[in-house]
Amino acid sequence: MIDKIVPTPAQALADVQDGATVMIGGFGTAGIPDELVDALIERGVGGLTIVNNNAGNGDHGIGALLAAGRVRKVVCSFPRQVDSWHFDRLYRQGEVELELVPQGTLAERIRAAGAGIGGFFTPTGYGTELARGKETRRLDGRWQVFETALHADFALIKAERGDRWGNLTYRMTARNFGPIMAMAARTTVASVHEVVPLGALDPEAVVTPGLFVQRVVPVARRRTQAGGIRV
Amino acid sequence: MTQSSSPDAYTRWSRDEMARRVARDIAEGMVVNLGIGLPTLVANHLPADREVLMHSENGVLGFGPAPQAGEEDYDLINAGKQPVTLRPGGVFFHHADSFGMMRGGHIDVCVLGAFQVAANGDLANWHTGAPDAIPAVGGAMDLAVGAGQTWVMMEHVTKTGEPKVVERCTYPLTGVACVRRIYTDLAVIEVGPEGLRVAERCPGLSLERLQALTGTPLHAG
Repeated sequence: MIDKIVPTPAQALADVQDGATVMIGGFGTAGIPDELVDALIERGVGGLTIVNNNAGNGDHGIGALLAAGRVRKVVCSFPRQVDSWHFDRLYRQGEVELELVPQGTLAERIRAAGAGIGGFFTPTGYGTELARGKETRRLDGRWQVFETALHADFALIKAERGDRWGNLTYRMTARNFGPIMAMAARTTVASVHEVVPLGALDPEAVVTPGLFVQRVVPVARRRTQAGGIRV
Repeated sequence: MTQSSSPDAYTRWSRDEMARRVARDIAEGMVVNLGIGLPTLVANHLPADREVLMHSENGVLGFGPAPQAGEEDYDLINAGKQPVTLRPGGVFFHHADSFGMMRGGHIDVCVLGAFQVAANGDLANWHTGAPDAIPAVGGAMDLAVGAGQTWVMMEHVTKTGEPKVVERCTYPLTGVACVRRIYTDLAVIEVGPEGLRVAERCPGLSLERLQALTGTPLHAG
C-alpha cells in the first residue's frame, strides 16, 4: 500500500541535512507552510540555501530561520519588504548571500528542473544587470538570456487537501509556487488541512498529481496573517 | 498642488486624477496587470460596467476590489500582498502559468511605477544601486518584456525636483526600450520612434515649463 501520510512535521523533515537546498512555497504569507518551516528550525540544521519568492515576513517562519543563523544563501525575486528586517540586517552585514532572480525566471527555472529541462532562453532581463555574464542569443527576433534549471533537495509546500497517494489541491493564491516546487525537489513535503480518502478528490480538479509528492503532513488550519504590507 | 508664481501657475493632477486618466485608456475586454504602489489605484477608477480582466502575478485572473473591512482573507491577495476579492469567472493558477501569461504576450497592458524612463523607452524601477540598498525585482522584468504594452505611472520629478523622464537612465535598467506611454502628475507622454510626444498637459502648464522639468527633448502633441 502506498501511504505518504506522515503524522508530524518533525517526522517529515527528520532527514534534512546541513547545507541542503530547500524550496519553500509561498508569496508573501499566502502559501507559506508555517508548520514545516517551524519544524525545519527545530531540526537545527544550518548552511541552508532557501528558495522562496521573498525573504521572510516578520519574526516567524523564514524570518525566524534567518534570525537563527541557519541560512547561507537566499534565492528569491523580492527580498525587500516592510517586514523583512532579519534578511535586511544579515544581508547588510554580509552574513547571507543573495541570488536575485526575476520572478518569472525563478518560476521557470523551478519548473524546468521538475520537467527535466537543463536550461532555457528567456527575453526577461536582457540588457540588465541581472543578465550580466550570461549567454545570450537572438531567437524569434529578440535577444534572450540563458537560464539554468533550479533543483532542490527538499520542497516544503502548503496545500489544502491531500490523499495518501500525495494528490493535492490548493486554496486560492496560496497555490503560487507549490505545484512547481513539488516537481523540482528530490523530496517534497506538503502540509494539508485535510487528509481525504483516495477517490475523494475530484480527479479533474487535482492540481498536483501524487507522484510529485513524497510526504503529506496534516496540520490544523490557522488563519493566514497579513505580511509584506503595513496594516 | 498649485504653483503660485503667475503667469506660470499650473495645477498638478492628483494621484487619483492620474489613476482616472490611466483608467480611461483601458478598454473593455483588456487583460491588465497593475504594478505595486501608485498603479494599484487604477483599479479604483475602472467603471463598473467595463469588463476588464485583472491579472496578478501571484496566480489570479479576474480579481475584484478590496474586501470589506473584516472580510480580508490573506490567501487571496494581489502582487502588493493586499487582500482582494474574486469576481465570478475569476481563476487561480500556479506561478509558472502566471508568468507564462506575462512573458508569453497574453497580458494586454501592464502599468508599472518607475524611478526613471528614458527617451527611448528604457525603464528603471527595481534598484537605486545605492551601496546599502537591497535590490528587489519581483515580476517587473517579465512584464517589461512580455506585456503587449508597458505604461508607466509616476511623479514627473523626484522629491528633490530631479527629472524622472531622462535622456538615459542612470539607475540600473528593468527593461530596454519597453515603455510605450508615461502618465505623470504633469503630463501624458507617448514614447515613439521619433522620441517623446506630449499628448496632454495638466491645467495651466506650458510646454516650455514641462520641458524645463524634463531631462530630454519633448515634442508637442
